Amino acid sequence: MHPWLSALFGGVLIGLSATLLLLLNGRIAGISGIVNGLTQQSRSDEWAWRAAFIAGLMVAGGAAMHWLGQATPSPASVPVLIVAGLLVGFGTRLGGGCTSGHGICGLGRLSKRSLVAVCVFMAMAVGSVFVVRHVVGVSP
Amino acid sequence: MKRVVSALLAGALFGLGLAVARMTDPTVILGFLDLFGRFDPSLAFVMIGGVGATLIGFRFALGRAHPLLDSDFHVPTVKAIDRPLVVGSAIFGIGWGLAGYCPGPALVALAGGVSTAFVFVPAMIAGSLIQRFVFQRRAGV
Repeated sequence: MHPWLSALFGGVLIGLSATLLLLLNGRIAGISGIVNGLTQQSRSDEWAWRAAFIAGLMVAGGAAMHWLGQATPSPASVPVLIVAGLLVGFGTRLGGGCTSGHGICGLGRLSKRSLVAVCVFMAMAVGSVFVVRHVVGVSP
Repeated sequence: MKRVVSALLAGALFGLGLAVARMTDPTVILGFLDLFGRFDPSLAFVMIGGVGATLIGFRFALGRAHPLLDSDFHVPTVKAIDRPLVVGSAIFGIGWGLAGYCPGPALVALAGGVSTAFVFVPAMIAGSLIQRFVFQRRAGV
């Protein structure tokens, strides 16, 4: 399959997953929010569905990566990966969502808040890549 | 129990979608974000497919009185475009551009045994816990 077509198809699967979670459980499929809920003390039934969603995500996603023969690592060095991870964890919790919560789900709900979030993180990510690749000059 | 099974299935579908769309490959993400290099439009197609599905699916789901397995929808009610939203999203964007990982694909890559995810994911969880700690101290909780 052409990579653009598999991207479109994969995107539809993600959107269907988010629709299923909303239709069945009434929940938003925002990965950062679901993970954050796991690190908070809460009622056990609140914890169980989150753990199940993340387990399904990791097992099926990890297996599919191997079937499809993709295991490309990030070009970033270990110190950069640590800084990047800290920023992603801190930022998504402060901003109340990531690419899935604000992007796939928020835009699907026509949320202005999510539209602002998506524009901000996309712009900053483009800027971040520009600085790394074209100013500092590290190119993978 | 039904809600746990449905969450497991939804999660599996989400993970499959991420892998099929190659969002678990940071070079695909960075290729999209690199507007001034060798541009890779894949992420735009993922968003078109994903948001296209939620635009239709969410309208259908939210048109119901309640979800099939719960008595209420648990959707965000906050509408304010405030400083935490903008600052948090900006910080997230910088980190995303540095490594090419956002939370979902990073977790899948970890399960797939990709070395860089083993460094990124613990740092990501630490960052989230630091935010909670800082915020709770400031709020005086």
